[in-house]
Amino acid sequence: MAVNGAVTWLRRAEEIDGYDLSASDSEEVHVLAVDDSLVDRKVIERLLKITSCKVTAVDSGRRALQFLGLDEEKEANGFDGLKVDLIITDYCMPGMTGYELLKKVKESSAFREIPVVIMSSENVIARIDRCLEEGAEDFIVKPVKLSDVKRIIDYMTTDFREGEERRRGINKRKLRD
Amino acid sequence: MDLVQLQRQLVDYRTSLYHEGFLDEQFTQLQELQDENNPDFVVEVVSLYFEDSERLLNELSKALEQQIIDFKRIDAHVHQLKGSSSSIGAQRVQKLCIVFRNYCEAQNVEGCLKCLQQVKHEYSIVKTKLESMFQLERQILNAGGSVPV
Repeated sequence: MAVNGAVTWLRRAEEIDGYDLSASDSEEVHVLAVDDSLVDRKVIERLLKITSCKVTAVDSGRRALQFLGLDEEKEANGFDGLKVDLIITDYCMPGMTGYELLKKVKESSAFREIPVVIMSSENVIARIDRCLEEGAEDFIVKPVKLSDVKRIIDYMTTDFREGEERRRGINKRKLRD
Repeated sequence: MDLVQLQRQLVDYRTSLYHEGFLDEQFTQLQELQDENNPDFVVEVVSLYFEDSERLLNELSKALEQQIIDFKRIDAHVHQLKGSSSSIGAQRVQKLCIVFRNYCEAQNVEGCLKCLQQVKHEYSIVKTKLESMFQLERQILNAGGSVPV
């Protein structure tokens, strides 16, 4: 199929230029899940694994930032192991809230491209609006269901692949040749 | 009791837990996340819930024994308990937590104390019921059968 051929061609070209399109060769999305609740971390982890994602679950916004920070160091050293494709975070957490984490991610030049999804047990319109305005991709009302996660991962994988291709500046003319 | 009877007993027991409002559809969600590769998922999550809840209930008891009651702290604990109860489908506990939070907001000590007793009570009931249910499941598995969904 033409589309598949184009993608394969693109990947080979990227490799030749020393580029690496994504962390893994497989299409696995790597999700950073942030929640202070042990029970919720266990559930979200399982939900994400069922949707074929790689998961790193942490218990606070601080740890999430640390994880992203470590990641950055690794990339600087040329090791592209654990790039985060999506952050899914609880809103109400002691210390740094999910909203504060969202702001920090969106303020960072290195990580603002990473989509952030907020989870909350409180279905408050003002809160949802605030998060979306700050750049959250989506808002899930807890308790989280499989259908919520599937929906997010589905449009993330389509959206993010298309986004990646746009960002890499596909030269359509080149592909046709 | 033979295998078929055990399986029927389990289904009836589980159905009653839903009918009586101990469990809601979130518990069903958890069961759907279990499979042959993760056969103990529900038991594991529920065990975490038990540990977490017991810790929170202890904290709540201590907080309400203080000379000066820290309602914010109490509310934070109840919020956590409400959240985890919701995540596993422990509906009665979750609903009581909502009432509890209202008393916290009103800074009503008597109300909080009463609620705490009720939450402890409901929690211990749902814990006993879930443990009985898991025991039935184990009996079925030990008898060489499969647990009906």
